[in-house]
Amino acid sequence: MDLKPGAGGQRVNRFVDPISYHFLQFLWRTLHLLVSLWYLQVSMVQMIEGFLISSGLVKRYGALDIDKVRYLAIVVDSEEAYQISKVIQLLKWVEDMGVKHLCLYDSKGVLKTNKKTIMESLNNAMPFEEAVEKDVLLDQKQMTVEFASSSDGKEAITRAANVLFMKYLKYAKTGVGKEEPCFTEDQMDEALKAIGYKGPEPDLLLIYGPVRCHLGFSPWRLRYTEMVHMGPLRYMNLGSLKKAIHRFTTVQQNYGT
Amino acid sequence: MELYNGERPSVFRLLGKYMRKGLYSILTQGPIPTHIAFILDGNRRFAKKHKLPEGGGHKAGFLALLNVLTYCYELGVKYATIYAFSIDNFRRKPHEVQYVMDLMLEKIEGMIMEESIINAYDICVRFVGNLKLLSEPVKTAADKIMRATANNSKCVLLIAVCYTSTDEIVHAVEESSELNSNEVCNNQELEEANATGSSTVIQTENMESYSGIKLVDLEKNTYINPYPDVLIRTSGETRLSNYLLWQTTNCILYSPYALWPEIGLRHVVWSVINFQRHYSYLEKHKEYLK
Repeated sequence: MDLKPGAGGQRVNRFVDPISYHFLQFLWRTLHLLVSLWYLQVSMVQMIEGFLISSGLVKRYGALDIDKVRYLAIVVDSEEAYQISKVIQLLKWVEDMGVKHLCLYDSKGVLKTNKKTIMESLNNAMPFEEAVEKDVLLDQKQMTVEFASSSDGKEAITRAANVLFMKYLKYAKTGVGKEEPCFTEDQMDEALKAIGYKGPEPDLLLIYGPVRCHLGFSPWRLRYTEMVHMGPLRYMNLGSLKKAIHRFTTVQQNYGT
Repeated sequence: MELYNGERPSVFRLLGKYMRKGLYSILTQGPIPTHIAFILDGNRRFAKKHKLPEGGGHKAGFLALLNVLTYCYELGVKYATIYAFSIDNFRRKPHEVQYVMDLMLEKIEGMIMEESIINAYDICVRFVGNLKLLSEPVKTAADKIMRATANNSKCVLLIAVCYTSTDEIVHAVEESSELNSNEVCNNQELEEANATGSSTVIQTENMESYSGIKLVDLEKNTYINPYPDVLIRTSGETRLSNYLLWQTTNCILYSPYALWPEIGLRHVVWSVINFQRHYSYLEKHKEYLK
């Protein structure tokens, strides 16, 4: 966390009233210090709770209905994604819990670059593209792993938009189609699949990083995805993972109705 | 600044206002979000919890909204977006949909009657979404308040109605397609597309190489700009429900457990404090994605 004074708002002018300015700055930094101490305390409690859950001392998280998590996504802060050993450990926990389909995302593509290393470390996993090619997505024997980055989000949607645009131009040229472009969400789905983006919408998205923010995961695939902030990757623990998945299995969605 | 809600200020309200000013003078020593978005979740649960008559939760929610907007504008937040009605909400029971539409019409007409106050506070009101799905009276009232406040610039209130992110993205593709259709300059690509035969098959080999629509075109044609810095969804729900999916790449997502009518100053302040804690990180991420 790097605190910097702001540029906007109704700030006290440091030249007009230096005493008030420094006093308010002191109060502001004190406020943030207290908030940081609060978060430190919360992290310690979460670590202890995670340790208790991992040890099996909290019975509530013993049995997980993992079938409810049909597709899990994990977003990792790109700087933290360089900790490949941590990522591999996380994936092994996920694999052991019985998750069948997983998407790994970081905005800079660090995980994509280390795809081979990661896949070789897993016991029984298959790249998502290979599973689609061999048409074994419904096969429950292996975990499929999809790797994504920011180029698979908005940029992919832009490429799909051009697919639809070409279709519109074709019909406009022949005079068969409508005058104004008129597309549907289903057509957008088809266009994305046509250019190779066949990954479904995750049920649950776990965010490992300093902020609860999805960092550019594909907007088309997040409509009703539950997003849980897990904290920095270096503090990950099995207990927190189990708790997040358990909590997800108890959520009821009404999808706007 | 306080948004007019029909009540005369009491001593306690004035005292509260000056205490808030003191708190804001501390908070504004750091960066303040330019844009905060809200998902107003929990009105029906609030009504059930307090055994209110039907619609009571939404009425309480409206009062909470006025308070929250007051806090945002006092703090110097320029843009506030609220998710008033989703396209998915049309699947609710008809009488419930009608109630929300009637409430919206009543509140918009109230704003039109107090137009001089809205203009005095320099608030620009904009309705965004697939407005063609609105009933005629609501659409007419919304157009009227948008025209009346179009020149206001101090604060902007964006009200998302008949909105989903996926509908917004498709709309952006349509708008970009229409604008780019004049820029087609390579007839050979079109003839290749025509020569391939089937009208139902999308020819990916030709399509991939043509880059008429750019990312910046889609970004210009979304309904909601600028992008929010913080998104607050009440009731502890951790999903976006097809809201601002495109715009929340670098946005802090905050889910307090309070139901929407229970939201207060402490939630707005907490979200601003967290924004300040992670400001540098998110600015760096924005720069990387540019």
